[in-house]
Amino acid sequence: MEFQAVVMAAGGGSRMTDLTSSIPKPLLPVGNRPLLWYPLNLLERAGFEEVIVITRKEIQKMLNLDTKMKLDFVCISDNMDMGTADSLRHIHQKIKTDVLVLSCDLITDVDLYEVVDLFRTHDATLSMLMKKTHEPTEVVPGQKGKKKPVEQRDFIGVDDTGKRLLFMANEADLDEELVIKRSILQKHPRMHIRTGLMDAHLYCLKKYVVDFLVENRTISSLRSELIPHLVRKQFSSPTSLQQGVDNKEEDQKKKEQASLDIYSFIKEDNSLLKPAPDNSCWNDHRGDMNETLHEGKVRCYVHIMKEGLCYRVNTLGLYIEANRQVPKLLLQLGLEEPLVHGSAQITDRGMVGSDSIIGSSTQVGEKTSIKHSIIGSMCTIKDKVKIINCIIMNSVTIEEGCCLQGSVICHNAVIEKGADIKDCLIGSDQRLETKAKHVNEVIVGTEQLMEI
Amino acid sequence: MAERAAPGGANPAAAALVPAGQQAPELSREEKLQLRKEKKQQKKKKRSEKGPAAEPPEPGTPSEPEQPRAARPAAPPAAADGPSSAEKPPGGKSKAELRAERRAKQEAERAQKQAKRAELGQAAPAAKPRLSPAEPQSVVKRLPEHVQVDDPAAQRKLAKKLERQQVPLRQDYGTKVNLFSHLHQYSRKKPLTQQMSIPSVVIHPAVVRLGLQYSQGIINGSNARCIALLEVFKQLIRDYSTPPNEELSRDLVAKLKPHISFLNQCRPLSASMGNAIKFLKKEISCLPDTLREEEAKEKLQDTIDKYLREKILLAAEAISRSAFEKINDNDVILVYGCSSLVNRTLCDAHAKQGRAFRVVVVDSRPRLEGRETLRRLVRRGIHCTYVMINAISYVLPEVSKVLLGAHALLANGSVMSRVGTSQIALVSKSYNVPVLVCCETYKFCERVQTDSFVSNELDDPDDLVVLRKGQAQLGGWAENKSLRLLNLVYDVTPPDLVDLVITDLGMIPCTSVPVVLRVKNVDQ
Repeated sequence: MEFQAVVMAAGGGSRMTDLTSSIPKPLLPVGNRPLLWYPLNLLERAGFEEVIVITRKEIQKMLNLDTKMKLDFVCISDNMDMGTADSLRHIHQKIKTDVLVLSCDLITDVDLYEVVDLFRTHDATLSMLMKKTHEPTEVVPGQKGKKKPVEQRDFIGVDDTGKRLLFMANEADLDEELVIKRSILQKHPRMHIRTGLMDAHLYCLKKYVVDFLVENRTISSLRSELIPHLVRKQFSSPTSLQQGVDNKEEDQKKKEQASLDIYSFIKEDNSLLKPAPDNSCWNDHRGDMNETLHEGKVRCYVHIMKEGLCYRVNTLGLYIEANRQVPKLLLQLGLEEPLVHGSAQITDRGMVGSDSIIGSSTQVGEKTSIKHSIIGSMCTIKDKVKIINCIIMNSVTIEEGCCLQGSVICHNAVIEKGADIKDCLIGSDQRLETKAKHVNEVIVGTEQLMEI
Repeated sequence: MAERAAPGGANPAAAALVPAGQQAPELSREEKLQLRKEKKQQKKKKRSEKGPAAEPPEPGTPSEPEQPRAARPAAPPAAADGPSSAEKPPGGKSKAELRAERRAKQEAERAQKQAKRAELGQAAPAAKPRLSPAEPQSVVKRLPEHVQVDDPAAQRKLAKKLERQQVPLRQDYGTKVNLFSHLHQYSRKKPLTQQMSIPSVVIHPAVVRLGLQYSQGIINGSNARCIALLEVFKQLIRDYSTPPNEELSRDLVAKLKPHISFLNQCRPLSASMGNAIKFLKKEISCLPDTLREEEAKEKLQDTIDKYLREKILLAAEAISRSAFEKINDNDVILVYGCSSLVNRTLCDAHAKQGRAFRVVVVDSRPRLEGRETLRRLVRRGIHCTYVMINAISYVLPEVSKVLLGAHALLANGSVMSRVGTSQIALVSKSYNVPVLVCCETYKFCERVQTDSFVSNELDDPDDLVVLRKGQAQLGGWAENKSLRLLNLVYDVTPPDLVDLVITDLGMIPCTSVPVVLRVKNVDQ
């Protein structure tokens, strides 16, 4: 077998607690499908037949996915605060070959072969996917003013071809300057440094990286610890070759470190099966006397998507954006389901916009106009309601005469008559009184607010 | 007639042994076989009128067991069939009796296989008589598919074959120059893996990786490709396990075919790879049935290792030593492109420290392989000059000999090598500079080519588009209807331009190549 796929669905969604306090992140509906459906659909389209899903027990119970693949659920309990690398370590006995790790919040239409081909062709240690971010245009409920919270930027350095990953650092780890080792510049004199790239959290890793993780228990997160470590390791020689101080204690420490060095996990299968053999005339660089690939054993590659959809739904703004773009994606995938579900009862078909999605068993009253919105299943929307640019989840009741704009309304909420809601987030099971007026607010239950 | 029926029944098995590819062209000769059938029946009637019933069926039927045997080696047994049937009437019953015994034995064997291959039905008996020509055999050479791209029938056959093997078909890219419209032209940006599932189940992952490395140009050069291919085959054999009720010698060859088709789709096979595959297939089908699976696999891996060691690695060393004799003191040697053999020869010669020589490296676009040669030679301390191919007539007056590598040596002595080699040979001839070609014998090929058009390889035409200061002059070539880009990979140098071929069998003139081929065939 060539690859095993692992989907990380145990995360909490720490950057959008308003939504995820009531609904676990993998189950958040996007285009009326649970968020977890999208990475699984990506894997199914690529041709995978088995996937390992790491999740929590309560999520597994509530999941109801129609997929032809065999899903192997591994449950980790909630109290163990496990990072993504910890989860991989947890299932290391199931991992027999190279592994493709996905996060549950990835919605993309990338051709997987682009990322995987880099991994195969260059016999890479790591191959990942990135996309240029663009300014979000949607108004996010609950945002005070125009200032967005400053996200820590990532600095990504790639070589001339744009495929080899040379440098990765997060602004949080740097003081004032960007420090680039001389050895990197000696081997790759031309490096393009890019900010504004979003990491899609899709990694192809070699098996020996998982073995390395098993031994090295200090690494707990893939994205923030393992990946930068691998990128740095490309240009540092194995610790055994480094000069050491003549000190017995230090020697012992070095021995321990040497066994934790990733180079000791790389097995040289076949000296003749090198990724670019000696007698081939290909070289990845020119202008110096060094051998192809500088004889480096650890190689990291990245595929930067130029066009196409790629979203990681980990903030409220991205959740809303993803919901906007998902009808296009579903059309591209050729899913034949009509946007308006067959069992939905809509009195005035003409008042429903062409790009709105309406779920099953939803009842929509007369003179109700729905534009650019996504409405879940089993909702009851009475007459004379105006819904524009909203995301309404399942089993929501909206009484007559309401006007909703740009809002997110979670499961089981009830909005009484005459309410006027604009750019709000209404949490699950909330009940808004009649003729309520809310602009740019987040209304969640008090018990949910207690969870931090 | 009962006697006719039994061999007829045995023949589906016989026909099944014919490789699937051969059946297709012969199906089109339905009329011929009908004629032959009628002729035979007429002959039988005549003989039954003349003499006893014993004689006619036996001359008729013993020839039929020989026909299935003729199925595998097509020409020679068929030739034996002809004179043997002529000898039958005077020879009498003794020969007929021997033949009957032989026939009985073969029928017993084939009855077993017939049970398995019963579904072949009527097409197979039709296939059988076809292979026993009543007239002297005319071995019709089939054109390989890869030079028949403009023939829709051949392409349909290829598509069907690939579909059967579950290998995706790679689409051609861009408009081709008319003279080369019979060859495939692929784009590097559309790899074959686009149409395959991830993870690959039909094709072994190591083969997928190899195919990708071939198509992206990471493994380049005749020797490198062949060595990588043999290593991957070793891995395939390691991971292979015989299914129940199958024989390893037959099943393994069938299992290798989709992988070979896949590699062919990624990049057309080189002559060295073709010879290695033929060798391997022969070795597998000659495995004795008595071996256990583990022993058989070990034996195969040992034979592959032996082939690698003898035909490639030791041959390179032998060539290096022979060529050293030809390098004199204060020589100026001209090399072209990047040949692993020539590089090794020069590095070894320099290391021996008896001769002082310098090298002129000639390079050409779009591959610019000479840069890699330059790096390897300068690293060893050899004094090098680097020029592009348009400068050879300026450099040649000071060059004392030209050392070239080869992709393949054809049966008429022509040298098939990187495009530009024939130019260098031609200009060198006009300057009276001796041209030496280094080539191992495993690259000798039974094809005959007098020009570079018939069988060649078209590389990605986008390689010719060069980006200078952010602008690509040829960038919109696809929209311009009168513009075609041609990126040839190989060319053929006629034998009279080459002075000496240095092989592991010694230093031979170009005209001795068919002798070497004949000797090789006899050996095998």
